[in-house]
Amino acid sequence: MSTVVPNETHAFPSERAWPDEGLTRIPYWVFSDAEVHAAEQTELFEGPTWSYCCLTEEIPNPGDYRTTFVGKMPVIVVRDRDGAINVFENRCAHRGALLALDTQGNAKGFSCVYHAWNYDLHGNLKGVAFKNGVKGAGGMPERFCMEDHGPRKLRVAIVCGLIFASVSDAAPEIAEYLGAEIVAKIERVLGGRTPVVLGRFTQSLPNNWKLYMENVKDSYHASILHLFFTTFGLNRLSQRGGIIVDASGGNHVSYSAIDHSARRDSDYAKQNIRSEDASYKLADPSMLDGFDEYHDGVTLQILSVFPGFVLQQIQNAIAVRQILPRDVDRTDLHWTYLGFADDTEAQRRTRLKQGNLVGPAGFVSMEDGCVGGFVQRGIAAASGERAVLEMGGALAESTETRATETSVRGFWKKYRAVMGL
Amino acid sequence: MSVATVNDADLLARIAHLNAAYARCIDSGNLAAWPAFFADSCLYTITSADNYAQGLPAGLMYADTRGMLVDRVSALAEANIYERHTYRHVIGMPFVLDRIAERDGARVTCETPFLVVRIMRDGPSEIFASGCYRDVAIVTDDAALFAERVVVCDSTRIDTLLALPL
Repeated sequence: MSTVVPNETHAFPSERAWPDEGLTRIPYWVFSDAEVHAAEQTELFEGPTWSYCCLTEEIPNPGDYRTTFVGKMPVIVVRDRDGAINVFENRCAHRGALLALDTQGNAKGFSCVYHAWNYDLHGNLKGVAFKNGVKGAGGMPERFCMEDHGPRKLRVAIVCGLIFASVSDAAPEIAEYLGAEIVAKIERVLGGRTPVVLGRFTQSLPNNWKLYMENVKDSYHASILHLFFTTFGLNRLSQRGGIIVDASGGNHVSYSAIDHSARRDSDYAKQNIRSEDASYKLADPSMLDGFDEYHDGVTLQILSVFPGFVLQQIQNAIAVRQILPRDVDRTDLHWTYLGFADDTEAQRRTRLKQGNLVGPAGFVSMEDGCVGGFVQRGIAAASGERAVLEMGGALAESTETRATETSVRGFWKKYRAVMGL
Repeated sequence: MSVATVNDADLLARIAHLNAAYARCIDSGNLAAWPAFFADSCLYTITSADNYAQGLPAGLMYADTRGMLVDRVSALAEANIYERHTYRHVIGMPFVLDRIAERDGARVTCETPFLVVRIMRDGPSEIFASGCYRDVAIVTDDAALFAERVVVCDSTRIDTLLALPL
């Protein structure tokens, strides 16, 4: 495994030194400092990382494209005439205007609306309006070479139909970046199957993007904050399961399987935790009547890839989430709900019903949309204070217990390496 | 006079009244009464105009029985955590697309625009959602109920979370 070389070039003010305790203390200024936020675009999103863009199945035909972002960089993801997928910056090389204005579409090429400079499906500049002037006057200089001008082209990697892009040559190959264990868990959900988009939603989060990623990686909170899971035995820390953290720390998998014998156990009762509420019953429990999709007993698998990608299996609710920074305290969470091409009608209905569990109105994810905002507001005057991350020790490695913050520490391990903090 | 023969203006008034009562129910915080606006077997879902136009079926909320609506209400009351807030629905004039006479009433397909302002506990009032209800209402002499209410939000974007139903 290669390790990411800490970036030494970006000098942060000295008061922005990381606490001596390392991964067990997170300084709150990382969530509120505009300088840090700006540096994340250049050092992290355009650094040695891979960002999720969309699914290959969303652009099945030559010329099909979607527009999205790598951090804040607008990009076009397009399938060319040979069937290959290209990702390039959605920015005209002339004066910087967006090339594609729609979220999705089909194009033979991209022409800037401002001055009609046009590009092929690889992002190569192919034409400049009035390049030779009008009636022999004006026009571009003789020495202007179109090959020297174009939007930035990104590296592209595809894993089980997930399209990742990287601005940087320093990012390791995707298999190495993810690690074999993470790849295997992506294959578990998506391998050999044709995903079908069931819907797309965007959730605006009132917090820094890293607070959402911490939440995704935080197995400690899941059955405390989310009553719905706990009461119905969908996710308890005492269930069979565990956490995988890859060698870099940045990628993780948290998984669990329902163990009906463990529905009531004394550890929970002793904590007097709000989410232990056995009186709560569903009038129509059909939503929870899932089907055995993976034949391994695992009913929940949350997988994340640094910096901002999540693949979710909660029973039969399958979704990918793309986390994009909008500002230091604003984040866009893009949900793409998935089924598969070979779903029966009943299976499709089950997925739609279980969609109630997730998303902005999700029985188990609704709280995740607001808890980041609670932190962002709570730390408004605390840039000199630090969060405590000691649950389960000080390391960032795989464990069998989920009563740990190991994968949150993993996130910070990777973050510090990439940011040179 | 049975509803099957009622004139269009009266039918429109019945549906407008159903909408007014629906908005009053949610906005006054009487969520426990909200499922009663729906037939036993129903469809209630919240989606975006983009998803709707593309025929994508997933919803932010998705219920195909009244029981699932009851569960939504009890989850909000007993399970889910969110900051206290209320809605103010402003519901426009229903536009009737189709009416089919049934044995004891009429099955009416209609569209109704809505605007929802969300008022947070610490003060801010913001336009939270605008859109169109795409409904199938069952109107009889005794009652008017939704057999289908597909809430099509104009925007794909939801601010922070969607707790209370639209």
